[in-house]
Amino acid sequence: MNKLNVSLSPHVKNKDSVPKIMYGVIIALIPALLVSVYFFGLDALRVQAIAIVSCILFEWLIQKFLIKGQNTIPDGSAALTGMLLAFNVPANLPWWIMVIGALVAIGVGKMSFGGLGKNPFNPALVGRVFMLISFPVQMTSWPKVSVLNFTGIDAATGATPLAIMKEGLANGEKVSDIMNSMPTSLVDMMTGQMGGSLGEISAIALLIGGIYMLWKKIITIHIPLSIFASIVLFTGIMNLINPGAYAGPAFHLLTGGVMLGAIFMATDMVTSPMSKKGMWIYGIGIGVITVAIRVWGAYPEGISFAILIMNGFVPLINNSMKPKLFGVVKEKK
Amino acid sequence: MLKTFPKGGVHPAENKMAATAEIQSLPLPKQVVIPLAQHIGAPAQAVVKRGDVVKTGTLIAKAGGFVSANIHSSVSGKVKKIDNVLDSSGYKKPSVIIDVDGDEWEENIDRDPAVIKDLSKTPEEIKQKIMDGGIVGLGGATFPTHVKLSVPEGKTIDHIVINAVECEPYLTADHRVMLEKAHEIMIGTSLIMKATAVNKAIIGIENNKPDAIELLSKIAKEYQGIEIVALKVQYPQGGEKQLIKAVLDREVPSGGLPLDVGCVVQNVGTAIAVYEAVQKNKPLIERVVTVTGKSVKKPINLMVRIGTSANELIEAAGGLPEDTGKVVNGGPMMGKAVSDTDVPVTKGTSGILIFNQKESKRTKVYNCIRCARCTFVCPQGLEAFNLKNIAESNDWEKLENEHVMDCIECGSCSYTCPAGVPLLDYIRLGKSTVSQIIRSRKN
Repeated sequence: MNKLNVSLSPHVKNKDSVPKIMYGVIIALIPALLVSVYFFGLDALRVQAIAIVSCILFEWLIQKFLIKGQNTIPDGSAALTGMLLAFNVPANLPWWIMVIGALVAIGVGKMSFGGLGKNPFNPALVGRVFMLISFPVQMTSWPKVSVLNFTGIDAATGATPLAIMKEGLANGEKVSDIMNSMPTSLVDMMTGQMGGSLGEISAIALLIGGIYMLWKKIITIHIPLSIFASIVLFTGIMNLINPGAYAGPAFHLLTGGVMLGAIFMATDMVTSPMSKKGMWIYGIGIGVITVAIRVWGAYPEGISFAILIMNGFVPLINNSMKPKLFGVVKEKK
Repeated sequence: MLKTFPKGGVHPAENKMAATAEIQSLPLPKQVVIPLAQHIGAPAQAVVKRGDVVKTGTLIAKAGGFVSANIHSSVSGKVKKIDNVLDSSGYKKPSVIIDVDGDEWEENIDRDPAVIKDLSKTPEEIKQKIMDGGIVGLGGATFPTHVKLSVPEGKTIDHIVINAVECEPYLTADHRVMLEKAHEIMIGTSLIMKATAVNKAIIGIENNKPDAIELLSKIAKEYQGIEIVALKVQYPQGGEKQLIKAVLDREVPSGGLPLDVGCVVQNVGTAIAVYEAVQKNKPLIERVVTVTGKSVKKPINLMVRIGTSANELIEAAGGLPEDTGKVVNGGPMMGKAVSDTDVPVTKGTSGILIFNQKESKRTKVYNCIRCARCTFVCPQGLEAFNLKNIAESNDWEKLENEHVMDCIECGSCSYTCPAGVPLLDYIRLGKSTVSQIIRSRKN
């Protein structure tokens, strides 16, 4: 007879696994990826490919030669980081900047802490913010969208709606006038016909991905909803107080990286809180900081910084937001 | 909306293949091995010796204290020897080995199947019979029933809760007895109520057993004060604390007992054992065991004499499948894997579960990705990932402060973990060390 396996209970396990979660997120990113190819042509694919390949390569090299551990590529997290990193840059980004960004994201953002699950900050955002600060020109020269242009000729560049808004307001123009002169309508912002990073442009495609992840129970609604709600509330109040100086909630929700950030970046399990209550606080923090940077800060967009800042608060949130114990009545202090 | 417990829980695939298989009696084995420690508490003291002739139902070991239970011969025959034998715990335990030569029962045991509804015995008489019959909880924890029914002074109880949840996947023993011995359950419950002077009882059944709910609800009207409550299917609803929360919305305090919220919980199989002991003088010498598994040819529910080797049960279910990788005594979530199939059925054996090679392998372990699912599914509100980390760093004081002793070892955390981390293994290790520390502090 065969020898019997002896192990402690439970003897069954659900079908979930780390790779399933990672590849689930990758699948959820596909609608937005298709939109990026539709509007930015093969450039989008080129940037994607460079980012994914470099992230995988750097993780493999670091794991093999520095950490000297098992190959971690099959878990899918390196590919996912690469994909998200590419989503956060202009589609015409020079390849070498992308490679440097990937090195920072994987090397500094992830592997220096010990790899998957150990990093306090979202690796893709670490890479993105590094590139934004180091290469501000290349990181903010946005190609104009052009439908299904596969000629490969560099398209002209233009500003994002957020940058147009910021500049207009700085010049003392009114929100309504800026909106009227803007080449993109709110509907364009929904579908993705606007300047911006490769993967952030189409709110609809990103929402489809979000719904897929909710359905597959990869994420819960708490973080995206609290980010959206706090942005709507914050910008709504500002807009009501002075409609001339502050853009409304719809504009803030649909432009820049809010959709991508709230659905895909802030929900990263490793760097977000571990209790539902904590998720609300984290999400509200991201929403408020994002709007504050957009309205008063030096950058037109702030969600990357907002998420990274709130990542830093996660340990504190986790420590103070413990689940309620069964059968324990909180002692009165 | 069906009732359930509000916090945590998982819903593993039910796989109740044996649910429609009527209970069959397993033919008598040639030999039985009856361990003296089949219950929580002190082991029983043998009162027979080598060469003694025993009948079915003869007392062979006396309770070794108040928290202990009598043990009776499950067959008639001759005591071969008293020796240390491997049981399902993985340890060798002192056991009475009896060579079977027939099935001659003690004369005072009433073997007539007619149901006796008479409830005229006094609470003391009922408790004495339960104690004499060696009745222990048949849900798996095997806590002596007479101890549970002796309500300490200063405590008042107002509800008996009968645990008919059977939340463990695969197992169907309780389901079958509900269908086949419904009146015995009701009378047993009434006896428990009388013994504890309580006039309300609730039988909690999960909604995946609609036939049992229907049947028991119908006949419950013939008995006083017994209510059937259908529950939403959710593991671990069969945990005492979760069940009380589900049916009565009362929360057993941390470190406390059901008694602290006015309840006594008994398993549905125990209710039948109580009925048999009190009305029929029949000690606990047999029980229903589910033998099942995906590769098992014929999943069945068997009425088995205590001390029968698991091998015989597996034979009755079509033999041990070729691709067997693991054999579990009990359910898949809390049962114990055995190293050898030649272990005796004891009072706590609710199932023999056979996994094939593929099912018996643990999944690859990845780094924790801090998804927090282990905390979302914990019915006790514990943070499994945190307890695991603390246990790994051997910080026992902190582990105790994080309420590690509240863990009911249901395994929902390990079941859920996408990184495949065996969280409960670490927590168990921590629990056993912390409980040793607590004990040494008391002494």
